[in-house]
Amino acid sequence: MNKRTCLYEKHEALGALISPFGGFDMPIQYSSIIEEHNAVRQHCGVFDVSHMGEVRVTGNEAEKYVNHIFTNDIKDAPLGKVYYGMMCYPHGGVVDDLLVYKMGENDFFLVINAANIDKDVAWINEQAQGYDVKIDHQSDYYGQIAVQGPEAEAVVEEVLHLACKELVFYTTKEMEVEGETIIVSRTGYTGEDGFEIYASHGLICKMWYALMASGRCVPCGLGCRDTLRFEVGLPLYGDELSDSISPVMAGLSMFCKLDKEEFIGKEALAQQKQEGVSQRLRGIELEGNAVPRHGYTVLKDGKPVGEVTTGYRLISVEKSCAVALVDASLRLGDTVEVQIRKKTFPGVITKKIFYDKHYKK
Amino acid sequence: MAKFEDGLYYSETHEYVRVEGNIAVIGISDYAQHALGTVVYVDMPEVDDEFEAGDEFGAVESVKAASDLNCPVGGTVVEVNEALEDEPGLLNKDAFANWIIKVEMSDASELDDLMDAKAYEEFCSKE
Repeated sequence: MNKRTCLYEKHEALGALISPFGGFDMPIQYSSIIEEHNAVRQHCGVFDVSHMGEVRVTGNEAEKYVNHIFTNDIKDAPLGKVYYGMMCYPHGGVVDDLLVYKMGENDFFLVINAANIDKDVAWINEQAQGYDVKIDHQSDYYGQIAVQGPEAEAVVEEVLHLACKELVFYTTKEMEVEGETIIVSRTGYTGEDGFEIYASHGLICKMWYALMASGRCVPCGLGCRDTLRFEVGLPLYGDELSDSISPVMAGLSMFCKLDKEEFIGKEALAQQKQEGVSQRLRGIELEGNAVPRHGYTVLKDGKPVGEVTTGYRLISVEKSCAVALVDASLRLGDTVEVQIRKKTFPGVITKKIFYDKHYKK
Repeated sequence: MAKFEDGLYYSETHEYVRVEGNIAVIGISDYAQHALGTVVYVDMPEVDDEFEAGDEFGAVESVKAASDLNCPVGGTVVEVNEALEDEPGLLNKDAFANWIIKVEMSDASELDDLMDAKAYEEFCSKE
């Protein structure tokens, strides 16, 4: 039996198509993926992302400990700063990719992927042996919504009455609402400006209701969350990152601070960086309208050279594109083919970003 | 609400056949295009390809998923609807007017295994 978020009944009432994702029954679409995708690019959309997991790490050695399990560097971070990065295994494979929020001195809020909650919480607890930290798993307490799109700031200010204007990109603030402390950050997974809001189930339901009643944002399912994140080159754990796809292979070395004193996986990642990796993620732009999908084979001169991790007929631009794990010898501009059922379609190796991000810095 | 056009034959995998002499004009039902959502690509066979009843002859793709197309009756492809190459969304506009392939039937008695509009509508109501 899959879990349900606090907004499940609201999705049913809206007639959402509901499918399992990460151990939850989640809304995939309400109207259509294309309409919802365009709403986020052009106006404003709201997502139920309550399936995401939350872990609070506090204690005298919280900073030291989080820096030990996290690839990015949070030492002496400014208060309210949000960091993207990974937790890696010693061999460099990825436990999960996550956001780390600095809520206070030695007080961090970790946001992890739904499908990895059990694994991550076990990992975080195991690695904490010997550190003076308190680990509080809060996934069951927090609901979460993401308000995304060029109009998100106005909607959050005017409909939810949250003072979010002052938040700059990738920062967070605790706010008091109805006697409750909620967490708001200027973050997202769409390539547009937007906010993510963490609060109790009751408050999240009230906010969702207010957003729907305002008529100023469209309810959006996980279907368009995936097309939006894919177009701007954001990875999804399980597709572009895994225990066998390291951040170096995924082209995410900028989030691994190898000049940091130490963190789990540092030696392996440093070695990969220095000696090179045999496979890495690349973009592929296909000729024509055919749709490359996860698992399809990539060929070079008729020989397999890799596999598609995610692919779509894009929505914001008229192109068929894929991200694929391919031989590292392939260079930008090289021609390849993708096997789609019985036919092969020519394409060219590109960067992994197919549409420009529109963040408000 | 999906339309169920009378006078056509329907398969359990949601293709229809409109019979024109010995030619089976094959497409996807209005119910199927509704269920798929916006069609972004149609993978079609080539003229002279031969299929037996039930064979996969191509696929229709929405943003999220690819759905196989199965040939409701056996025969030889005599025409493919090239308009769908540039404008796959025609299937959403009118699935019955925008057929996908025309097949010269090898055994017209295979039509007897398909459903009429009424039986198909009932079949869909149970899905």
